[in-house]
Amino acid sequence: MPGRVEGKVAFVTGAARGQGRSHAIRLAQEGADIIAVDLCGQIDTVPYAMSTPEDLAETVKEVEALDRRIVATQADVRDFGALKAALDDGVAQLGRLDIVSANAGIFSFGSLEELSDTDWQNMIDVNLTGVWHAAKAAIPHLREAGGGSVILTSSTAGLMAIPNIGHYTSAKHGVVGLMRTLALELAPDMIRVNSVHPTTVNTDMIQNSATYELFAADLPEAERTREVVGARFQELNALPIPWVEPLDISNAVLWLASDESRYVTGVTLPIDAGSLTK
Amino acid sequence: MAGRVEGKVAFITGAARGQGRSHAVRLAQEGADIIAVDICADIRGLPYAGATEQDLAETVKEVEALDRRIVAVQADVRDYGALAAALADGVGQLGRLDIVSANAGIGSSPHEAQELADQTWQDMVDINLTGVWHTAKAAIPHLIEGGRGGSIVLTSSAAGLMAYPNIAHYVSAKHGVVGLMKTLALELAPHFIRVNSIHPTQVDTPMIQNEATWRLFRPDLEHPSRADFEPASQAMNVLPIPWVEPLDISNAVLFLASDEARFITGVPLPVDAGCLIK
Repeated sequence: MPGRVEGKVAFVTGAARGQGRSHAIRLAQEGADIIAVDLCGQIDTVPYAMSTPEDLAETVKEVEALDRRIVATQADVRDFGALKAALDDGVAQLGRLDIVSANAGIFSFGSLEELSDTDWQNMIDVNLTGVWHAAKAAIPHLREAGGGSVILTSSTAGLMAIPNIGHYTSAKHGVVGLMRTLALELAPDMIRVNSVHPTTVNTDMIQNSATYELFAADLPEAERTREVVGARFQELNALPIPWVEPLDISNAVLWLASDESRYVTGVTLPIDAGSLTK
Repeated sequence: MAGRVEGKVAFITGAARGQGRSHAVRLAQEGADIIAVDICADIRGLPYAGATEQDLAETVKEVEALDRRIVAVQADVRDYGALAAALADGVGQLGRLDIVSANAGIGSSPHEAQELADQTWQDMVDINLTGVWHTAKAAIPHLIEGGRGGSIVLTSSAAGLMAYPNIAHYVSAKHGVVGLMKTLALELAPHFIRVNSIHPTQVDTPMIQNEATWRLFRPDLEHPSRADFEPASQAMNVLPIPWVEPLDISNAVLFLASDEARFITGVPLPVDAGCLIK
């Protein structure tokens, strides 16, 4: 039986680890070849260790183990020229482009009153402008392919506000406006654009001492365990779980990428354990 | 390879034809057994013929041709006792319940709100809203008793998220389904029973392919045809298509019914060719 995205090519940003690696693998399992980019480096306002070249190499290994092709490049979504060059190279090698997962993103926190200009600017540059760059670089290739599916990674914080991450919430809300506008502009060419809105996902972006502090500032550091913080995360959700796994987001990306959703566009799809309903 | 809902049992209302039959067949293709109900009768005042016993028999035949089991019963979603009895019989024969598709619904002749007859309003709300509540209410004890969670998918409409003139009763009932869905999602989350709604644009079924609907869209013509309706219907959508197929809705139901969406609950999912963002 052919895979659900057999023969297609997917561009995934932030593909070195976490959700991005999971998307690359899940799409490859269902028959897609992958163009992967990741910064593989640190941004100084981000309070946890970011991905490395070794992480990206691991994604390459896991996709190739599925007998799919992958072109992986270190590139910063803030640098449109570098991003476009990486994508153009990937399309030249793999022959086409059908799917875009604009997944690269960062997290940091602070009240809006206290955030520095640099905190704010880095967040908007990566989590909003970087998403626009990924779409902008991809559009000519998708038009050439005669249609396609663009999936922007937003967040539950793209549909509701959460205190102390105003820059993140602003960027992720901006992604919804970007998604809807792209959906309108690209519909005549049968290019669909949708966004996914995860609740807390079990990745390095949240499993770190800085994020634990955000959710358990009232406790001494020694008491901010995975279990204690997990219970705090669980309070956000309606389903009795602390977080979802990267695979859960990948399955939503896969559905939106596949022809099963051929007429779905302009849609915000939460994978949020009911947190937006709560 | 195992089907995506292998070994599960799905309860589908309005299963004799159209979207309901398509859901039954699609879920059966992916390994589910089916409990199907339909009124198999004309509804007073509707400008199109209701489903028939022969239609329901055809659904049975198509599911059985896939080597899946099906229990099909004539029942009216307005009659809670009959609906609960049909479902209990089905669960008795098939052994469990995992998935609910509350799909039964009617369209009706267009009138401005001030001109709607009481009976026209009442029939609409009884079937398209109360019937959905009845379906969920009948199913909940079986889902809880199974102890494996479950997935309830309520069929709303693009008209459940935005208004259209001349169908106030339909718009009100379909908006009501969203409130019902969100409340059920909260109430059932502790049991890992997920509840979501689907919001189709025009679907190519007898509910819209009839002269009354064609005239609603083409008031300029005395006897509009399907061909006259097509461009007017397409004008609602962002993607350049006049309507979606029942299969497109079934693929969304399948995704929400499957474990791929195991942490998705409380979500209104449009399958609407972008009509909600136009």
